[in-house]
Amino acid sequence: MPSNNSNARALSVILVVCSVWSVLTLAGPARGQMSQKSKAGTATRADGLTAWQQIYSVLTHPRCINCHTATNYPQQGDDRHRHFANVIRGPESKGVAGLNCASCHQQANADSTGVPGGHKWHLAPLSMRWQDVNDQPLSSGAVCRAVTDRSKNHGLNGPGLLKHHEEEPLVLWAWNPGRRPDGTMRTPPPLTHAEFVAATRRWIEAGMPCPQGK
Amino acid sequence: MATYELNVNGQRKRVNVDPSTPLLWVLREELKLTGTKYGCGISACGACTVHVAGIATRSCVVPVSLIGNRPIVTIEGIGNDRVGRAVQDAWVEKDVVQCGYCQSGQIMSACALLKANPKPTDANIEESMGGNICRCGTYFRIREAIKSASGQLK
Amino acid sequence: MRATPKVENDMHLNRRSFLRASAAAAGGLVVSLYLDLPTAARERNQVPPAKVYPPDAFVNIRPDGKIVIQVNRLEFGQGIHTGLPRVLADEMDADWTNVIAQLAPAADVYKDPIYGIQLVGGSGSTARSFQQYRELGAKTRAMLVAAAADRWRTTPDQCRTEASVVHGPAGQSATYAELASEAARQPVPTTVRLKNPTEFRLVGKPAKRLDSRPKCDGSLKFGLDLDLPGMKVAVVAHPPVFGGRVKSINDAEARRVEGVLDVFEIPLVRGTGVAIVADKFWPAKQARSRLKVEWDLSGVEAADTAELWSKYRKLGQSPGIVAATQGDPAAIDKIALSNRLVAEYEFPFLAHTPMEPLNTSVRFDGDAAEVWAGSQFQTGDQMAVAEVLGLKPEQVTFHTEMAGGGFGRRAVGDSHVQREAAVIAKRLRGTPIKLVWTREDDVQGGYYRPMHFHRIEVGIGPNGLPVAWRHVIVGQAINADGPFATVAITNGVDVTAVEGVADTNYAIPNFHASIHHPKVNVPVLWWRSVGNSHTAFVMETLIDELATRARMDPFAYRRKLLKPEAKKPLRVLDLLEQASARWRENLPRGHALGVSCHESFGTGVACAVDVSIENKRPRIHRATVAVDCGLAVNPLAVESQFQAGLAFGVSQLMAKGAITLKNGRVEQRNFDGYAPPYIMDAPVAVDVHIVKSVEAPTGCGEPPVPVISPAVVNALARLTGKRYRTLPLVSI
Repeated sequence: MPSNNSNARALSVILVVCSVWSVLTLAGPARGQMSQKSKAGTATRADGLTAWQQIYSVLTHPRCINCHTATNYPQQGDDRHRHFANVIRGPESKGVAGLNCASCHQQANADSTGVPGGHKWHLAPLSMRWQDVNDQPLSSGAVCRAVTDRSKNHGLNGPGLLKHHEEEPLVLWAWNPGRRPDGTMRTPPPLTHAEFVAATRRWIEAGMPCPQGK
Repeated sequence: MATYELNVNGQRKRVNVDPSTPLLWVLREELKLTGTKYGCGISACGACTVHVAGIATRSCVVPVSLIGNRPIVTIEGIGNDRVGRAVQDAWVEKDVVQCGYCQSGQIMSACALLKANPKPTDANIEESMGGNICRCGTYFRIREAIKSASGQLK
Repeated sequence: MRATPKVENDMHLNRRSFLRASAAAAGGLVVSLYLDLPTAARERNQVPPAKVYPPDAFVNIRPDGKIVIQVNRLEFGQGIHTGLPRVLADEMDADWTNVIAQLAPAADVYKDPIYGIQLVGGSGSTARSFQQYRELGAKTRAMLVAAAADRWRTTPDQCRTEASVVHGPAGQSATYAELASEAARQPVPTTVRLKNPTEFRLVGKPAKRLDSRPKCDGSLKFGLDLDLPGMKVAVVAHPPVFGGRVKSINDAEARRVEGVLDVFEIPLVRGTGVAIVADKFWPAKQARSRLKVEWDLSGVEAADTAELWSKYRKLGQSPGIVAATQGDPAAIDKIALSNRLVAEYEFPFLAHTPMEPLNTSVRFDGDAAEVWAGSQFQTGDQMAVAEVLGLKPEQVTFHTEMAGGGFGRRAVGDSHVQREAAVIAKRLRGTPIKLVWTREDDVQGGYYRPMHFHRIEVGIGPNGLPVAWRHVIVGQAINADGPFATVAITNGVDVTAVEGVADTNYAIPNFHASIHHPKVNVPVLWWRSVGNSHTAFVMETLIDELATRARMDPFAYRRKLLKPEAKKPLRVLDLLEQASARWRENLPRGHALGVSCHESFGTGVACAVDVSIENKRPRIHRATVAVDCGLAVNPLAVESQFQAGLAFGVSQLMAKGAITLKNGRVEQRNFDGYAPPYIMDAPVAVDVHIVKSVEAPTGCGEPPVPVISPAVVNALARLTGKRYRTLPLVSI
């Protein structure tokens, strides 16, 4: 029979670990390893689905979904119209010779001319489309399944997805989207980047659940 | 104002301009290279197309501060290049131009296409040239000239 | 022998060319070409006075053998820079490889011989200067030959000329360069023998453009490329509603932009604006975006597209001022409803958006000024600048720059751009000022092809042909309150709004066309092909609908309906039918044929297109075009004009091809919101067939434009079963 002392010690270890984890979570981006270890604790499937909805609200915001098209063209603007000047995806989702994404989009926003920019600006591959061919956003379930499908998402697991959301320059761009040609600021997604990362973490802890149904 | 060292048509050029100044206006007004044209200022027409590190680039929207040491080639320099020469010759041979204002950009875009793909199909041509406006409408002869240049570049 | 063609006794205006032939003393043919002016000349039974054009103002033979020819027109794509020199060089027997062309500055001697002002418009540069340049070439040749004859003590008829060399009867020869100074001392002949068309060596043969290479290597300078020592750049903040005025300016931030020199209010043709002058374009533009202007919009009409449609539609329900009437205007009312076709059409405002944004440079020196502009209206612009600067026109040196397109936008009666530049130059005396309109200024700056509403009631006879036609048009009068009002507006009808309907080539009994000219606070202007841009669409789609209803093919129907005197339309229909037969009879599945036929500016055009629908847009696989432009001075240029002009015409079909206003403000800003045809929107393949003719040359600048939209839409009608009466084609 375990002694009270070892129980107490075990409990205190757990409490310490939890509190350390909480502190680290509140402090900012946590390491993948930490979240793996802490998976056991707090997030239920319901929590995860809620977190996923928050993520979905970001992914389907124009700043993100405009480059996650199912077609051979990107979109632009809050009304998500087809990008002007007939720019197209091209075989590597970087445009075509003579009309590359990089023909206009540089490695940083050009606020003086209203062109957004970020490191290696390009379209998300078709495997990561979040719309249908009629430019309608896919359902929450469909996007979730695409995002978690390792055959489609460049082999990213939970920690990989978290890192992607935390660090990928083109993801970060959505929160620093620059000025439009008319001088006004582009609208950022409905969550802050920190909230987005936190939601991602919660979702991952919950086992990356996806909503049922189509 | 800031000073930038640019590599333009193989030459080193130093300019002193506001960092936000698009490359187009640096070329036209600081370096007096007026072959690259202003058509819209929002990268919708292609008249301002130059090559930056070999990539067709719409200079009206790229601030000079983002160029760095990437080499720039303009319409004034593209003729020093086998592909450029073939394209310009084809343009003249096929009597493509009308007002001519868009043609610097058309030629630079066409050169980028042919450098990447010396034997473009009609669909390739249409895709790569699909972002260049010609208000006079010389598109038919542009297609012909690209095919002709392609034929010359065996 | 004098032969005068039958003059049609029309109430409305038409522009047919008349040939007046008379024998010349030497037995050759002197041909005078006069374009029929709408009012004065014909009514007074007068012939416009012959003007004298001194050859030395047009031809300069350099010692090195180069022959520099002045072109009295703006070159803005149409190829006149090559075309008119060809004409002169042919009569002159000049060596074409040594010809250099230049755009002449503004001067009396370069005025259009028929219109009396220096201009490009009405697709008339070749038509109206053909005779003139022939005579100039022939006179120059005559003077060179006279000089050679003097030198060799022989007579001119003993000499012959070829490729810039005069040959004498005994083996002598002298180059034009060698003879030039002696030739200049010869008297200018008052009459001269012109070649028979069979003697042409250049005219009628395809020639590549002279300005091609420099336009391909970046060396050719357009107006916007001008660079002068000490030059400054200006941009103007225009009121957001036409006619608005500056109430207050806060320029603190604008002036902080490095390179900005001055910010000040200026009068505009409509209202007032704010000029910003800087060292270079970018600081000027940056400063303008930081300028805070409070506008006074009181008393200024805020035009609104939705409201205008409502108003236009209402006006269009009843007849307006009569533009053309024949037979019984009430005949339509007697026709059973089941035999009536009623159609209403809507056409939006269109902007020209030439590739080179508008610009003008001016330097004012107090007692003189210099202007550089790619202007279609040099005389008027020169006068306007002089007026602003308090000078006489002859104190203003006006250089004609090569222009990056125009389509009518550079032919403005009020010279508003030049006036803005002059006002700024006046304030910065001694400093050359380059005024630049940004693309946004251009898209939002007005001078559009007007909005139009048409309502047509057609009574259909038992054979399927129309027996009555009542046509009401609603649209602003382009020429109202302008310098051409007296010439273009007769009995309240602006001819440019009804051309293509009022003077239709179709023999329609009981034909009644009328127009309402509302006054709207939106400046309007001619857009390439002017009235034909909307009237041809209406006529050719209605005719197509009638033909379909009568179960007749589009060629047969038109042949039946065209007036027998409509020679050019009939010829081009025939040629088109032949030239397009092979592909018409082999249309793939999902493709359809569309046909149209229209004469404008004296040129007959018929067009057939092969269209399918791809990604919900019309895909024009092929266009075959037949043209009767009389003698084709440069068939390669004619072909180019038609290949490219069709693509320009597709502008009217583009989904984002409308300028709209809301509460007085133009809603589009640039090519993102107002999109012209790109390469995939234009016909993929175009073949052009020119009727062989030695009739007087007529224009090719505008005639291609009206035919493409109705042809495409006629094809779409076959594919979808729908009729398209609203432009642009937002959806199919």
